[in-house]
Amino acid sequence: MRAGWEVVIGLEIHAQLATKSKIFSGASTAYGAAPNTQACLVDLGYPGVLPVLNVEVVHMATMFGLAVDATVAHRSVFARKNYFYPDLPKGYQISQFELPIVEHGELFITGDDGKEKRIGITRAHLEEDAGKSVHEGFDQSSGIDLNRTGTPLLEIVSEPDLRSAKEAVAYMRKIHTLVRYLGISDGNMQEGSFRCDANVSIRPDGQQALGTRAELKNLNSFRFIERAINFEIERQIDLVEDGGEVVQETRLYDSDKDETRSMRSKEEANDYRYFPDPDLLPVEISADYIEAVRQQLPELPAAKRRRFVDEYGLKAEDADMMTASRALADYFEAAVAATDAKSQLVANWVMGDLSGALNRDGLDIGDCKVAPVELAGLLTRIHDNTISGKIAKQVFEAMWDDEGTADEIIDAKGLKQITDNSAIEAVVDEVIAANPGQVAEYMAGKDKLIGFFVGQVMQATKGQANPGQVNQILKQKLKP
Amino acid sequence: MLARLELTEDEYAESVLKLSKIVDFVDQLSQADTTDVVPMAHPLDAAQRLRPDVVTEVVERDRFQENAASVADGLYLVPKVIE
Amino acid sequence: MSDSKQALYSRSMTELEAGLDAGEFSSVELTRALLERIGELDATLNTFVTVTADEALAAAERADKARAAGTGGVLNGLPIIHKDIFCTRGVKTSCGSRMLDNFISPYDAAVVEKMADAGAVVLGKSNMDEFAMGSSNETSYYGAVSNPWDLECSPGGSSGGSAAAVAARFAPAATGTDTGGSIRQPAALTGTVGIKPTYGRVSRYGMIAFASSLDQAGVITRTAEDAARMLGVMAGFDERDSTSIDHPVPDYTAGLGESIKGLRVGVVRQHFDEGLDASCADRIREAIAELESLGAKAVEVDLPNLDLSVPTYYVVAPAECSSNLSRFDGVRFGHRAENAKDLLDLYCRSRGEGFGDEVKRRIMTGTYVLSAGYYDAYYLKAQQVRHLIADDFKKAFANVDIIAGPTAPSPAFKLGEKIDDPITMYLNDIYTIGANLAGLPAMSVPCGFVDDLPVGLHLVGAHFAEQTLLRCAHRYQQATDWHTACPERFQ
Repeated sequence: MRAGWEVVIGLEIHAQLATKSKIFSGASTAYGAAPNTQACLVDLGYPGVLPVLNVEVVHMATMFGLAVDATVAHRSVFARKNYFYPDLPKGYQISQFELPIVEHGELFITGDDGKEKRIGITRAHLEEDAGKSVHEGFDQSSGIDLNRTGTPLLEIVSEPDLRSAKEAVAYMRKIHTLVRYLGISDGNMQEGSFRCDANVSIRPDGQQALGTRAELKNLNSFRFIERAINFEIERQIDLVEDGGEVVQETRLYDSDKDETRSMRSKEEANDYRYFPDPDLLPVEISADYIEAVRQQLPELPAAKRRRFVDEYGLKAEDADMMTASRALADYFEAAVAATDAKSQLVANWVMGDLSGALNRDGLDIGDCKVAPVELAGLLTRIHDNTISGKIAKQVFEAMWDDEGTADEIIDAKGLKQITDNSAIEAVVDEVIAANPGQVAEYMAGKDKLIGFFVGQVMQATKGQANPGQVNQILKQKLKP
Repeated sequence: MLARLELTEDEYAESVLKLSKIVDFVDQLSQADTTDVVPMAHPLDAAQRLRPDVVTEVVERDRFQENAASVADGLYLVPKVIE
Repeated sequence: MSDSKQALYSRSMTELEAGLDAGEFSSVELTRALLERIGELDATLNTFVTVTADEALAAAERADKARAAGTGGVLNGLPIIHKDIFCTRGVKTSCGSRMLDNFISPYDAAVVEKMADAGAVVLGKSNMDEFAMGSSNETSYYGAVSNPWDLECSPGGSSGGSAAAVAARFAPAATGTDTGGSIRQPAALTGTVGIKPTYGRVSRYGMIAFASSLDQAGVITRTAEDAARMLGVMAGFDERDSTSIDHPVPDYTAGLGESIKGLRVGVVRQHFDEGLDASCADRIREAIAELESLGAKAVEVDLPNLDLSVPTYYVVAPAECSSNLSRFDGVRFGHRAENAKDLLDLYCRSRGEGFGDEVKRRIMTGTYVLSAGYYDAYYLKAQQVRHLIADDFKKAFANVDIIAGPTAPSPAFKLGEKIDDPITMYLNDIYTIGANLAGLPAMSVPCGFVDDLPVGLHLVGAHFAEQTLLRCAHRYQQATDWHTACPERFQ
């Protein structure tokens, strides 16, 4: 942060809720359909049609509220946000204004100073998504696709508690992980089911009053958010230090040029004229309902992380990585349950070879080609010394290629570790005999050469000799 | 402008006149004592009914689009929008 | 044969059903006779936007078959008209506006579905004030409707076409909608029966929205008995309408003839002031006296906030309608301006060309009262006053079973007389609006004449007390014959 300045950031995240049908109509929410084939009459805003609320969105919003320790409102109201735009067929968006379904929550991140920091969540409310415009391919026109209209959104608004781009990304990642943990959103930023706008302002150190803020839009990856915010901070500071003033406006992030640009305002000075939607009644949620949802909440990331440290003895950073997604955490636990090998070994393999293979093939943990039980089987063979860790990597690749279970592959390829001392001794003897020069040097004091001998023995046994025993036997035989 | 209505000059002048009469008329409301009165959003004190999360609509796009003046490739066309 | 057919158009639904059951005539014959009559006489009234002759005859044929097979619903083969605000699949639904002049609805409204399921034969879509905004049926794109009692007079609005058509004996029943009195006031001005049920009683799905928290579908007939029959078909919970109430639908036709002895009829002190035409006041007093002679007991009640109902309405209704009408932009349906140079031009010109003056005025009023800085003073305030008005009624209903009074401050006025001054027009609704604001069921029943023009008695009930209203109206009609009077030209 440049000297004398403090930046204040608030994030507005729109998470598309993973329901089957839309928030106010029974049309499908599936991604990727041909234009306007999932826009029913209600979504199209035809004369005479009416909205009816989807039960699942209330459930999902309640889950979110509980997960961030917020108040879930017993009574919340839908309001109309009025403005004209072609992707908004009714000429208003049904949203929530004065009485949102969730308020006053919080989330903890690791701040810039390395300490735990509380980020307030002002509110989370339900609203419907708008459609999409297509600008290419038409001469003087834009094409409107209303499939996305009516898809449920949960808009999550943070307090302006974030003080750097890094903190903003950390917060956003937490929310991203959380909604996927809860199963309420797939968090797919490329497909637009998880979107973020950032409100950024600066103020001189020590000043209480907030500076004028700019709203940054079109931030559809964690990397872009960090860069956009950093660019914006510099831009604002430069502007003010040069005697200018920050203007309240909407700015688009251009990832090619890595800069933010003022948006040609699509909404001018908009007065949304919010008022309660008369086609919908207040949503009433009882304390019993909230409690029932609470009972069914899955274990949340923070709790799981703590448990992994306590129960499995994992280091904090490893626990972090292992709980990055519920699917990964479940995988890890299933594997640990099926083997006697140490949890740390399992963790290392999941974070190492397994993740490597997933990334290489562009797969999700859900599509993993090696089941937890199968991985456990492999790790058990390391644990009981049947194979070495190095050979295990080979076996793993074969398992990934569908060649069978660990045992089947070890058998088929004859990869069992050689642990028979006399067999190893025989090879060691051969190697010693074949390398008199190095033996002499070693005897003369060049201890490092032990590595050379081990290498020779491993080579001769195609890597299958137990390295520990090789080492031991070599040291014995090479005693001066 | 917020209402996206186009009026001719004559219409506009007449409208402003009538509109101000209407506003004067509704100003009577300020006479009422509404301290502690809850605003009514509905004549009934009912709560919103919840609908099961099931896909029920079969979208007949082409039939619906018969009512649209300008359609291409299944998209509704409007004059180009610059963002 | 032709003699009995001439009487056909004057018969009530109950009478027509008897004739159909007795084989006196078929539904097809009845339908043809009415279509002929419409063809001859509607030019003077302009009650129809669209006559659906082919569809009607086809429905009549189906009805005759069903009758022969012993199947067939409560309205089997009986002719009705739908106000052109109800979406009818495959048929033009204009809402009285140029904006929807080219609109063929892809779906049926709930009310239309129910009527069809019951076997009704739909003769056509009736003319109305544009987007249901008006009390005189003079704002329609399709021209004004005339009152059958005096062609130079308005039939009232916004369901003017439906009311005039029923009064002219084009059909025994027509659907309507009522937001501030749009069924009851035209019923009063045309000497017909008009009922607006409790808010939420009838589904609004497919009923083009004007002011969502006030709109309710209802019906116009010549007899209370027919109104009861029609209401029984229209009413009922619909899961497609969140404001629809799940309340059992009784048989409204049962118990109509029961005595109203002991019925406590509230008479509103605030009604009988200078705003009410003196002769009308007389008719109302006479009607109340008649109810008393039937055993009812008149009790004075107070509705202290009555004067505020019109300003309250004229904040809430325009606010809601300004938002409801934003969907009309020419993009997916409806009137679209030609050669729009940009998006703003498309919106402004499509809407400027598509909407008439009154609609534009209400959109602007609504936009204004919702705008930043004014929301609290107008919209919020109006919603609070609305509560006060509803509470007034609640208090009154603690002491009475129904409230009676005038439906309109005067009989039918001349076309063109009030259209220039919006406030004068708005004040027409002073007696009817309260029921919309409080969501109460209400109806108008013919109760006499002033200067040869009909006058209506207004009855309001507590929530879901439609049976009480209908019973009272039916008993009144058994003791009087105002409802049988027919305008001269249409006898």
